[in-house]
Amino acid sequence: MIALKLAIRNLLGAGLRTFLIVIVLSVAYFLIIFMNGIYQGWDKQARIEMIAWEVGEGQYWQENFDPYDPVTLVDAHAVIPEAFKKDVENGNVAALLYTQATIYPEGRMQGIMLKGIGVNQKAIAIPSAQLIAEEGDIPALIGTRFAKNAKLEIGDYVLIRWRDVNGTFDATEIKIAGIFSTAVPAVDAGQVWIPLDMMQRITGMPGEATMIVKGRDAEMPADVAGWEFKDHSYLFAALEALIQSKTIGGSVFYGIMLALALLAVFDTQVLSIFRRQREIGTYISMGMTRREVVGLFTVEGAMHAVLALFVGAIYGIPLLLYLQNKGIGMPEGTDEFGIAAAERIMPYYSVALIVGTVIVVMIATTIISYMPVRKISKMNPNDAIRGKIQ
Amino acid sequence: MIRITVALLLMASMLSAQPTGKEILDRIDENMSSDTRYLKSKMVIHGPRTSRTIESESWAKGDQAALTEYLSPAREKGTKMLKLEDKLWIFSPSTDRTIQISGHMLRQSVMGSDLSYEDMMDDPNLTSKYDAVVVGSETYNERECWIVEMHAKVDDVAYQMRKLWVDNERYIPLKEELYAKSGKLLKKTELTDIKRIDSRWYPGKIVFKDMLKKGAGTEFIVDEIRFNVDIPEHLLSKAALR
Repeated sequence: MIALKLAIRNLLGAGLRTFLIVIVLSVAYFLIIFMNGIYQGWDKQARIEMIAWEVGEGQYWQENFDPYDPVTLVDAHAVIPEAFKKDVENGNVAALLYTQATIYPEGRMQGIMLKGIGVNQKAIAIPSAQLIAEEGDIPALIGTRFAKNAKLEIGDYVLIRWRDVNGTFDATEIKIAGIFSTAVPAVDAGQVWIPLDMMQRITGMPGEATMIVKGRDAEMPADVAGWEFKDHSYLFAALEALIQSKTIGGSVFYGIMLALALLAVFDTQVLSIFRRQREIGTYISMGMTRREVVGLFTVEGAMHAVLALFVGAIYGIPLLLYLQNKGIGMPEGTDEFGIAAAERIMPYYSVALIVGTVIVVMIATTIISYMPVRKISKMNPNDAIRGKIQ
Repeated sequence: MIRITVALLLMASMLSAQPTGKEILDRIDENMSSDTRYLKSKMVIHGPRTSRTIESESWAKGDQAALTEYLSPAREKGTKMLKLEDKLWIFSPSTDRTIQISGHMLRQSVMGSDLSYEDMMDDPNLTSKYDAVVVGSETYNERECWIVEMHAKVDDVAYQMRKLWVDNERYIPLKEELYAKSGKLLKKTELTDIKRIDSRWYPGKIVFKDMLKKGAGTEFIVDEIRFNVDIPEHLLSKAALR
């Protein structure tokens, strides 16, 4: 307790020097929590959006389907198994049929993924109910990104060309029946959604699908022959890898800030031992053991982190809460990388993040504070009390 | 009565002179195909705003093996494309890498032209996949032509229907139209500057046009062509790409 009181008195006595170190350390606290909060917020938002728009409660892939190998797409379709049919009919799952196609907006050629989706599905947020066909028309849904890119609007007719199950070219016009806005580029960029039954008819694949997306209310078997179930851990692997790499990249910024603060603490400790040798000698001569003196100086150094925590809280908590409410605007084109990202990311500060950050900074500051003061244990108290440089 | 008889006889003689669709395709094949071929050509790609010219030379063995090397412009120089049966590879000197063109990449256009890679892979053996019928005759580019309509007789064809305008003297197609299942015209090819090379008639210029795309199409100009040349074995192998 006496060490703590002495430490606080000494720190406050150091004035501006303590203030500067504490400010830099508090900025490190703030940056660590803020930057990790962004990544955690992004991760959380992306998961929510991806579940809503793309992955549902998991997906059953036709066994030949490999999203990383477009060559497999030609064979990645099969008749929807009996086990899924009830859920497909009542819309608890979304049956999707994929084929590659070419779109010609204003005579420009552009590769697309043409996707058939059950009109009555409720498993994902694609507004498939808007796919209402007028006589002879093929209604289509596209996302805002693709609409902007292809300069298409609701009511426009645009020509598409595709190959049927035998590889024969076919071409017709589709009518843009709706444009939806989503944070998930995987269902938007270069994607055109048409009713599943029309898709099955124009490709010559009656009753077939490439993928079944499980909805919240679906009761589906774990294993179905010819179909592989992909759960969330599999479907979010790419997102997790990206967030992890971004987190590591981001740690450089606050790492520099933390290193600067710790360097300042280290310097302060070295200077303290050099300038306060008489004080150290006096403590020892008054009966304090060397270990107690080392402890006193270590606590004094570590107290920077405690003070920084309070100072950081004064300006950090309101600022972090404000940013959590307002969100951070993502740079233009972030979603073009194919990873779900909303226009504004709402940072999410978990308890584990805050507690973890405090512990890491405290431990780092304590270790850095201890390192120079180890010298005290080798000091000769007589020389120290005389102020003789050792 | 005599007039009617003469007219009928004339019609009968005309009908007997008209070859069948299959015969016409066989004659085209006879005229145009060879065991081996060397070709130096220019491809003029007309974009919406500008045009660019790509020079190349190629060596081909039958329909199954062909190597094309791009000579200009500087950006494309050294790029090589190898077709072996149903596989296609491209070597790019700027990246020093060889990639196999497959899947959706086959649908991309070749160097921005109106030709896709899969058009280049198209099996020219039409008689095995199409029923050819002569549906009429027409003067096209001041030449008398048979109009041959080809309807797919097997499922696995790229185009459900093709229409050919074939010079009825030289047995060379002067125009071809490719149709989708829906009947929509997808591509048009026009062959002009027909020249006599050895015992064959061969086009000096071919214009490809993707009818769904804007633009004036792609011109393919033959600068030099030699038939039945000696092609070293290694030239039509993956080793020749680097």
